[in-house]
Amino acid sequence: MTMEQSAVALAPAERAVSLLGGDLTEKSLKLHLDGLSGVDAVGLEARAAGLSTRSIKTTSKAWALDKIISLIDLTTLEGADTPGKVQSLVAKAVNPDPTDQTTPRVAAVCVYGDMVPIAIQALGAHHAAGTDKGINVAAVATAFPSGRASLAVKIADTRDAVQAGADEIDMVIDRGAFLSGRFGIVFDQIVAVKDACRRVDGSYAHLKVILETGELNTYDNVRRASWLSILAGADFIKTSTGKVQPAATLPVTLLMLQVVGDWYRLTGERIGVKPAGGIRTSKDAIRYLVTVAETVGEEWLQPHLFRFGASSLLNDVLLQRQKTKSGNYSGADYVTID
Amino acid sequence: MTPTRLAVPKTYKLYIGGAFPRSESGRTYEVAARDGSFLANAAKASRKDARDAVVAARKAQSGWAGATGYNRGQVLYRIAELLEGRRAQFVDELRRSEGLTDAQANAQVDSAIDVWVWYAGWADKYLQVAGNGNPVAGPYFNISTPEPTGVVAVIAPQESSLLGLVSVVAPALVTGNTVVVVPSEQAPLSAISLGEVLATSDVPGGVVNVLTGSPAELAPWLAAHADVNALDLTGAGDLDWVDLQITAADTLKRVLPPEPGVPAPSVDRITFFTETKTVWHPKGII
Repeated sequence: MTMEQSAVALAPAERAVSLLGGDLTEKSLKLHLDGLSGVDAVGLEARAAGLSTRSIKTTSKAWALDKIISLIDLTTLEGADTPGKVQSLVAKAVNPDPTDQTTPRVAAVCVYGDMVPIAIQALGAHHAAGTDKGINVAAVATAFPSGRASLAVKIADTRDAVQAGADEIDMVIDRGAFLSGRFGIVFDQIVAVKDACRRVDGSYAHLKVILETGELNTYDNVRRASWLSILAGADFIKTSTGKVQPAATLPVTLLMLQVVGDWYRLTGERIGVKPAGGIRTSKDAIRYLVTVAETVGEEWLQPHLFRFGASSLLNDVLLQRQKTKSGNYSGADYVTID
Repeated sequence: MTPTRLAVPKTYKLYIGGAFPRSESGRTYEVAARDGSFLANAAKASRKDARDAVVAARKAQSGWAGATGYNRGQVLYRIAELLEGRRAQFVDELRRSEGLTDAQANAQVDSAIDVWVWYAGWADKYLQVAGNGNPVAGPYFNISTPEPTGVVAVIAPQESSLLGLVSVVAPALVTGNTVVVVPSEQAPLSAISLGEVLATSDVPGGVVNVLTGSPAELAPWLAAHADVNALDLTGAGDLDWVDLQITAADTLKRVLPPEPGVPAPSVDRITFFTETKTVWHPKGII
């Protein structure tokens, strides 16, 4: 990196300016991120393993299962997605278990940008449009999942989804730039995408920033990327696209929750966390709930601060829920396939 | 003076999904020989082990049913070959746990192997016997074929620990069902050794799952489990099996009632755990 590059002023982001000062440059950002203390990997993994051993039974389990459902971003992100697939996903989001009307609804459906109008139409009156009452529509944008496109394309992608009515935008960071140390590029892109999330009436679509932790290689990088995303204006930090292994893991989520907790202590502002990909069983999901409650507190266990990005998790939770209600083990024949 | 050598007693564990786990509950129970002396510790399966076994059986079911009948027959026949190779172990276990004489134990192992071969032979033949081309008044082929019902939970005969077990497990496997079996509570050793035979044969993991322990404790969970498709109560004569049937009816399971002794080999046992599918197919007009 040359001196000229380092001296280039970055796009102004409120949070970064108030933390790092008005003369925000790539250099000052890099100094801040490199100055973060290293992660004790052994300690982090031991803590996550310790949190996984909690025994959650009976009424607590029943509460946890309902809570998990209400925190799910029900997701379909396949090249083979059809309007019919999105419609059936929405039907499932609205009415997860047709045999039990007391089942809570999921927080949002997460689709590709071009499927947003179909999802909104299928939701009809159940569309929350950014409120907590109903179901939101989240769209992945910015050349998901690789993020390998020019900024103009990423912005157009985002604008398109917001104009179509998406309430939440899941963007990916430029991992290539991040790994080569160009934090400024990553930062500027997040700021630009955040700007593209603004609607005509001046309100913003919620911005979730996907770090793709499976490609960041080290816990230190995850901590840096989390700070960077928050400073650039993320409403949520999200672990993964679900297209890269490993996707969400408990230690990585714990680490991101710690950053979010630090940010809260520093500024009083609450940032959301979304583990996504690879969480398939109720048992796994309950471990995440425990981790959230123990790390940042129970007030984070609500849809605008914590989400699960998942598709097959919902069915397992429904099976567990049926078992809790009836006392007998249930089977896959008693929930829908998609 | 001959040096003394420490005995290395065998730990008998469960057989679930092709692996040999201990019971999730950590429980074991003492298996006694016929004369009351200590024989071995066996794992005492809990309802959660039953749950895991059903999950493993469900996972294995489509693959096992998807194999051709000829292939299933070969795989099953191979088990008979392996049983023959392990004859000494099975004879020894039967002698000790059932108190049989050498000749009686050998006779039971012979019968068990013969029954296994008999059922293996049916794998590519039952369809011709139980299926049918139906005459219909129209330009259609109308064909009925038996298909495996899915996951079968079996309470094996409690008295005959090897022959009884083989006589209920083999017929369910022939058509492509997968099995969760609760073997003889008093004499479970042959069942676990059979599991070891299965694990080293070509049977995919999860096709047969063995839960040693109390049938009285496990049967109600299996009967009520919504992902179990059929219930074989052959060895459940001492349990409240009417109640089990009523429970099983809630999820529309096929239920085979208890039978004293060892059930004789029969095609009926094979076809009982099948569903008949009838398809119509238009005939080409020539």
